[in-house]
Amino acid sequence: MRSKKLYILICSIILVISSNANATTEKECFEKVSRGIFKFNQGLDNLLLEPAAKVYNKLPEPVRNGTGNFTSNIATLLSIPNHILQGEIRLASHATGSFLVNTTIGVLGLGNPAAALGLENQKEDLGQTLGTYGVKGGCYFVLPILGPTTVRDTVGMIVDQNYLDPFARVTWHEKEINNISGNKLDYVGIKGVSAVDFRGENMTNFESLEKNSLDLYAATKSLYLQNRNKKINNSTESDDDWGNLDK
Amino acid sequence: MKRLFFLIVLVFLVPNSLYPVSYNSDPKIFITELVEDAIKTLSDDSLSIQDKNQIIEKIATENVDIKALGMYSLGDLRKTLDAKTLNEYQDLFKKYFLKSLTSRLTDYSSQKFEVTGADQKSEKYTIVNSKITESNTQPEIKIDWRVYTKDPLKPLIRDLIVEGLSLARTQREEFSSILNSNNNDIKVLFSKLENFISN
Repeated sequence: MRSKKLYILICSIILVISSNANATTEKECFEKVSRGIFKFNQGLDNLLLEPAAKVYNKLPEPVRNGTGNFTSNIATLLSIPNHILQGEIRLASHATGSFLVNTTIGVLGLGNPAAALGLENQKEDLGQTLGTYGVKGGCYFVLPILGPTTVRDTVGMIVDQNYLDPFARVTWHEKEINNISGNKLDYVGIKGVSAVDFRGENMTNFESLEKNSLDLYAATKSLYLQNRNKKINNSTESDDDWGNLDK
Repeated sequence: MKRLFFLIVLVFLVPNSLYPVSYNSDPKIFITELVEDAIKTLSDDSLSIQDKNQIIEKIATENVDIKALGMYSLGDLRKTLDAKTLNEYQDLFKKYFLKSLTSRLTDYSSQKFEVTGADQKSEKYTIVNSKITESNTQPEIKIDWRVYTKDPLKPLIRDLIVEGLSLARTQREEFSSILNSNNNDIKVLFSKLENFISN
């Protein structure tokens, strides 16, 4: 078991180093396969996620808000170690405070009293942490069910899931922490609800994107990469992009 | 006298929507007035869909730098195309952009819009910050407008940055993907644009 984990860690490090050395975020690993998986994911979305999100959107607003708060509170557990790894001690203490306040006063995270207290709750993962260290995204590809990603973000996700995320440790890996235990079903259930909540919240955005894209795959890729860069650099595109046009 | 009479009658008969729409030259007020105008048009039940689209297209044609946006979306290929092909592209792009814009605006027109600030980046560009307030099917959305102010008296919109994601860049990367997978054959892009326009 221990050697399996070591193997995952070594593979992850090799992947990050290789992605940093020779790839840019513009490149595709295997576009044809990715486009196929993207179509498969779209089918899955049409069949399951979108109908579920439509039903979810009909629920009363307090129920939807409570669900969103609950899943967001659990995601905070992953943000805390990543803030620390990024040296963002202020944000790490904000996230810790937010989790403690929302889990207790906010009744298991259903409410969000931490926001009223001014505690910031910025989502972070290891992909972003590696990005702040200067690790490039590496090539882009699409995973079944999980969607768009890059080499860096996939490595980050594997390490998050196996080592950094306390929620995954307790549920997926069934490790007991402070007498709290769970199982794989809890993990899949919460991730599923989180996906439905996100899909429901962004119903108009998804419909508008689908309707107005000439190449939905390319548009999704562009939006994913822009979003990741924005989260890593806390900035948007530079003026130079347009400056070239005026020359 | 007769001529003057005809002129007066003509002025009153021509619908208001056909006059050029002019907005304040201050980028922040410009965006506020323009979006309020667009939302008012789209939520006006007395107008037919065709009338609404016509007015929105008119507002966009006069206030969005469609030509520059078209060139930006085309990327480096614009430098290698001849004038005739470029004109054909610009013509198709304009139709595509107006149809896509009208569709996007219709999707979001039922929501409340608010301009929250402005940041002058350079002599040429000001970023106007705004937001669409939360609704049942949509969380709050932050929208930044890249306003081109080379002519300070006539600001023009060049890009919409939704939650930090540039629509112009997304469009450029879409076009680039189509061109890259078809040996940079502009005719394939033309055909995709024509399909979008006619559907």
